[in-house]
Amino acid sequence: MTFRSIEFISTSPLLGLTLLALLVLFLEALMKKSEGAIFVVTLVGIAGCIALSIRSFDQTGTAFLGMVKAGGLTNFFYVVFLIAAGLTVLISRSYLERERINFGEYYCMLLFGAVGMMLIAAANDLIIIFLGIELMSLSLYVLAGFMRKRPKSIESALKYFILGAFATGFLLYGIALIYGTAGSTRFETISARFPDLVSDALFWIGVGFILIGFSFKVAAVPFHMWVPDVYEGAPTTVSAFMSTGGKAAAFAAIVLLFIDVFGARTPKLTSVLSALSAATMIVGNIIAISQQNLKRMLAYSSIAHAGYILAGVAAGNELALSGILFYLTAYTFMNIGGFGVLSLLEQQEDRNLTFEDYGGLGYRKPFVAALMCIFMFSLSGIPPFAGFFGKYYIFAAAVKAHLTWLAIVGVLTSAISVYYYLRLVVYMYFREGTSSELPGTSKASLVGLTVCAAAVLALGILPSIVLHVTQALR
Amino acid sequence: MLETSILSVIIFLPLLGALAILFLRQDQASMIKGVGILTATIDFLLSVYLFVVFDSQNPGMQFVQRFRWIEGLNVSYYVGVDGISLLLIVLTTLLTPIALLSSWNSIARRLKEYVIMMLLLEVGMLGVFCALDLFLFYIFWEGMLIPMYFIIGIWGGENRIYAAIKFFLFTLVGSLLMLVAIIWLAIYASDPNQLGRFTTDLTELYKIAPALPIALQSWIFLAFTLSFAIKVPIFPFHTWLPDAHVEAPTAGSVILAGILLKMGTYGLLRFCLPLFPHATIKYMPLIAVLAVTGIIYGALVSMVQKDIKKLVAYSSVSHLGFVVLGIVALNEEAIQGSIIQMINHGLSTGALFIIVGMIYDRRHTREISEFGGLSKVMPVLATFLMIISLSSIGLPGLNGFVGEFLILLGSFHSTYLNSPTYAVLATTGVVLSAVYLLWMYQRVMFGSITKPENHTLKDLSFREVVVLAPIVLFVFWIGVYPLSYLNKTAASTKALVMQVEQGLGGKVYSTTRLSLEHSRQR
Repeated sequence: MTFRSIEFISTSPLLGLTLLALLVLFLEALMKKSEGAIFVVTLVGIAGCIALSIRSFDQTGTAFLGMVKAGGLTNFFYVVFLIAAGLTVLISRSYLERERINFGEYYCMLLFGAVGMMLIAAANDLIIIFLGIELMSLSLYVLAGFMRKRPKSIESALKYFILGAFATGFLLYGIALIYGTAGSTRFETISARFPDLVSDALFWIGVGFILIGFSFKVAAVPFHMWVPDVYEGAPTTVSAFMSTGGKAAAFAAIVLLFIDVFGARTPKLTSVLSALSAATMIVGNIIAISQQNLKRMLAYSSIAHAGYILAGVAAGNELALSGILFYLTAYTFMNIGGFGVLSLLEQQEDRNLTFEDYGGLGYRKPFVAALMCIFMFSLSGIPPFAGFFGKYYIFAAAVKAHLTWLAIVGVLTSAISVYYYLRLVVYMYFREGTSSELPGTSKASLVGLTVCAAAVLALGILPSIVLHVTQALR
Repeated sequence: MLETSILSVIIFLPLLGALAILFLRQDQASMIKGVGILTATIDFLLSVYLFVVFDSQNPGMQFVQRFRWIEGLNVSYYVGVDGISLLLIVLTTLLTPIALLSSWNSIARRLKEYVIMMLLLEVGMLGVFCALDLFLFYIFWEGMLIPMYFIIGIWGGENRIYAAIKFFLFTLVGSLLMLVAIIWLAIYASDPNQLGRFTTDLTELYKIAPALPIALQSWIFLAFTLSFAIKVPIFPFHTWLPDAHVEAPTAGSVILAGILLKMGTYGLLRFCLPLFPHATIKYMPLIAVLAVTGIIYGALVSMVQKDIKKLVAYSSVSHLGFVVLGIVALNEEAIQGSIIQMINHGLSTGALFIIVGMIYDRRHTREISEFGGLSKVMPVLATFLMIISLSSIGLPGLNGFVGEFLILLGSFHSTYLNSPTYAVLATTGVVLSAVYLLWMYQRVMFGSITKPENHTLKDLSFREVVVLAPIVLFVFWIGVYPLSYLNKTAASTKALVMQVEQGLGGKVYSTTRLSLEHSRQR
């Protein structure tokens, strides 16, 4: 078996990041006091991989016996994951130092997680999807329990692990059933045989199991129970990474399977997806209202956002694909921004994480508060920020697919969401300050957050930056 | 160059001012105010230039500027102005510097953010009146909520947080449904039998939307109208208004009552009528009934208020009822009256809020019972309040009369409303407004001074006179010679009425018994 060199070039971002992760592992093992060096190497390496992804964007095709895809959509997802990883690294350092968990392994696991995500987006075979999901999930389990002296963190990791393993079981069972009925795990074969499989009940059970497995990963209702506890217990920066990169990766798999492979799908599948989406939007947004802890609030908000993106999946047309990609990009910036601000102000022992702690922040830390404001307005979908345009696009796709009712559910639940996002703004600007002490802000974090805010604004005003890429895909 | 992009300059100049202020320090107070007022004033002068060079014979869009903005969705940055929006633009640029000047001393903290927010608000409002692409319109329409939310929430009164959230959520729910309707229209346009492309271009949609089947048209119409009805506010969607108006700082109330409410009535004129003529006719009786109910209800509630600011706030519900009635009467006089009345209400209610603010600055209360006999210590203020109150009541010779008269006249013989009852009932609103305003005036200004604190009140300063003088100038100008303004609106109004009639299928219901052309020839 020989591989052509073009295969290595076209998959260079994936290979590059794997090598980077290994390099970081060695650095950590061989160097003393390696955290500073690792931080720099990781950032530079991620930037390099982003450059590689952009360079090999046009080299579409498959590689390694057709197991992985390269170029186009795959590389678009690469860039999203790498941006999520890079921003997470930027906001992590000061947080890790404050929590006294600044070890090189953190960066290593983060990179392996990102490799897993990239593998999912590159998949051209159900087995690769499975590999990617496992690699990503295992890294995230470790990261969730990274504060190993804190019971909450351990509880979070364990909960995540058990439920994740459960979801993986569903996924694997689904893959087995599909293999059994379609005779292959390769995407092309499944989609070619799709017309014959439509009447096969076992095949649909397999599809259902796969959907359940992914619903766990994207936190769609009713498979969302783990999210608030895990996001709350995990280190805040890890929650930022899980809720953006992790979610985007699971959505990459859903997009590949439910828009591409099962593209000519039945009305029944559409109604299942719509119901899932509607339930997720409603439950996520309504429960978020009653949260006092900001991490939990953002956790429920991330459930709600999964619902919006699922509306695009339910629509499943050209507009939807482009919309989902835009939304995931926008969401990555605004949600890392949101969690990033939390991580910036959090003190040891989970202090500074309630609405009250943010009282008068607009006067105590004007710049950070202004950034948070931008993220909150964007998350609630108010123009001219990126979140608004993402919603506009997704709802347009839904209306086009004759799912106007879903779009109406979407806008009404967004109206609900405004209440809890703005509640934070109310505390930051409309109330007097509390006496809670705030940590000093670090440069790296501020750079990361400023990049997020600038991107949220730029994507809101000039969405064409991303759209001209997404619309050319497929 | 200036001709083609003057609108964009007017819209975004305040943004430039806001950016400049961003780089000033919080303690450079007079510099901050100076830059803010200077920017707003330059913007006003530019809009005066716009007003002067505006061709009143041309009913279409003028000073149009467009370029492609979001490729895939065919969204363009598309702005223009016609007779319907022209006056509202001038009103906006007039009231913004006045509002800023009126709050010269009353904003004690976070001055920098305050001026920035006011300028951003101006950008949003101007954008709403100029946008000719529904997407662009929506961006301005929603984006403008953010600065207003902060203005109420940070610089408002006791109950400001509740008022700010209520304002935000109420207006948001309506506009989100409008968003779905906008998307629906754009998708409908992409049907090969329609335009064959996804578009939110208003002039394109004008061509296809009126032919929508009535059942569908009704839904889309209702989504748009709900959004505008909440903003106006049409009874029974008005409950956010008293809270927001009372809690907002003076300048916020001025902008809120003076301009923001007009965005709702403007939306009815610009979107609902020409896009959905059949649905407009279908729901016209309902809207007219609500408008008349609002006129009477608002007036009655005003009458029993103990707080002057609340009284003025409820009077807006009543006055905006007139505007809405004029719009749905759907003939030239009534619509022209409505446009003028929008301006009148902006001027008189804006001025009333400013005067209430001046009294509040001195006494820190707005209870009517706390006052009495103020005309003895504050003769200048008393004179101004008298003029403005009479203008608000609609005394002939002052601006309010022109608008109300045209609206009542137009709706009296409107073939669409088909019954003079609406006009007759609405007339009681004029009477009632005289009751609540004059009664308030009497209790506050006349009689003997009962409270010792009121003996030492200072009359208006030079700055305060400067704030009110331009408004009074326009009050008289519109009242004595309204044609300078009606001329500008006539052609576009006529075109709008014709457009609606064409949309109804060529059936000409035209009923302009009293032609404005005639009066103009004199």
